[in-house]
Amino acid sequence: MNQWQNFAKGLWNENPILRILLGFCPTLAVTTSATDAVGMGLAATFVLVGSNTVISAIRKIVPSQMRIPIFIVVIATFVTVVDLVLQAYFPALSKSLGVFIPLIVVNCIILGRAEAFASKNGIGSSFIDGLGMGVGFTLALLVLGCVREILGSGSIFGVPLFAADVPRVLIFVLPPGAFLSLGCMLWLMNELDQRRKRRV
Amino acid sequence: MSEGSIFSLILGAILVNNVIFARFLGTCPYLGVSKRQDTAIGMGLAVIFVMTLCGAITWPLQRYVLEPDALARGLDLSFLQTMVFILVIASLVQFVEIVLKKTAPGLYQALGIYLPLITTNCAILGIAILSVQKKLGYVEDIVYSAASAAGFALALILFAGVRERLAMRNVPRGLAGIPIGLVTAGILAMAFMGFAGLGAS
Repeated sequence: MNQWQNFAKGLWNENPILRILLGFCPTLAVTTSATDAVGMGLAATFVLVGSNTVISAIRKIVPSQMRIPIFIVVIATFVTVVDLVLQAYFPALSKSLGVFIPLIVVNCIILGRAEAFASKNGIGSSFIDGLGMGVGFTLALLVLGCVREILGSGSIFGVPLFAADVPRVLIFVLPPGAFLSLGCMLWLMNELDQRRKRRV
Repeated sequence: MSEGSIFSLILGAILVNNVIFARFLGTCPYLGVSKRQDTAIGMGLAVIFVMTLCGAITWPLQRYVLEPDALARGLDLSFLQTMVFILVIASLVQFVEIVLKKTAPGLYQALGIYLPLITTNCAILGIAILSVQKKLGYVEDIVYSAASAAGFALALILFAGVRERLAMRNVPRGLAGIPIGLVTAGILAMAFMGFAGLGAS
């Protein structure tokens, strides 16, 4: 597998949210606006790339019975870095993502990649794998965030799209809308995938 | 805190700010172990057990170790919160598993297989952090943790009941499984939004 395929698998075939179905909590919680979605995506990408690289670098000296706690400490370190950087330079974003920044620690995608990929592969490929998975995660969040923000608050990245008297479908920025829109998005993905397979 | 506010704390944590339907914490086990009602009940009980214990342990840790000036004057360890809490939860789950196995084999049989899954349940860490942010007293903190976990169990058991019936229905192929589960959860969340009128925080 060359490095491009290694990167691109995270975007579609092994997209963490849409195909592997991991990391739903932040997906549901932070996609009320496109800005929050991208912020969360980039924060998780940073943690994913960092933890994948470090875990790959130490994979030969970590005893296998001890690996899960060690991975968690590595991941928690990067999460703390992201948390402090966001608090210092992007206080508004940090406030709206709230508890979901520290919760990146228990995001199954990150521990999943550490266990399934970084602990078995070299530093270069692990870096690329983390980047691909992170970008795939960010893109999925971005699409969902755009759909929900356009329908629910009639704006995108905070810029209003419609006149003020056009009614908004408020339910899409409320909790039920998160479940409904992610469900419909996965449905659409499955249909597209089946159609693609039928053609092949 | 008066009895009335304890009551509104419990009501708020179970119904109004339900862990799943309003806070989106613990969605992975919510979708993962809700295929049958008996497994949902087991998981729900295990979460109530661990989350209450976790609230009881993280509160003194936060108050006497992590807060600024708590351990020594001028020492601020609050940046270690994420790391300390996740390690406490991971070791707590392991510890509970070992203790239950030795002392209560019956309970271990019932909850055992769900316990390891709880380490990665973000509801546990999430509620631990949220209850610190709420600045509750010790007793309220434990009550809040237990009530939030009860909210999780309620959501899980309700959802499992619906899913058992869904499994027998003809669902379009692309929608079967997780997608229809999410749509169902959306409708349940709509029903829970009705509780917002209770106004408890």
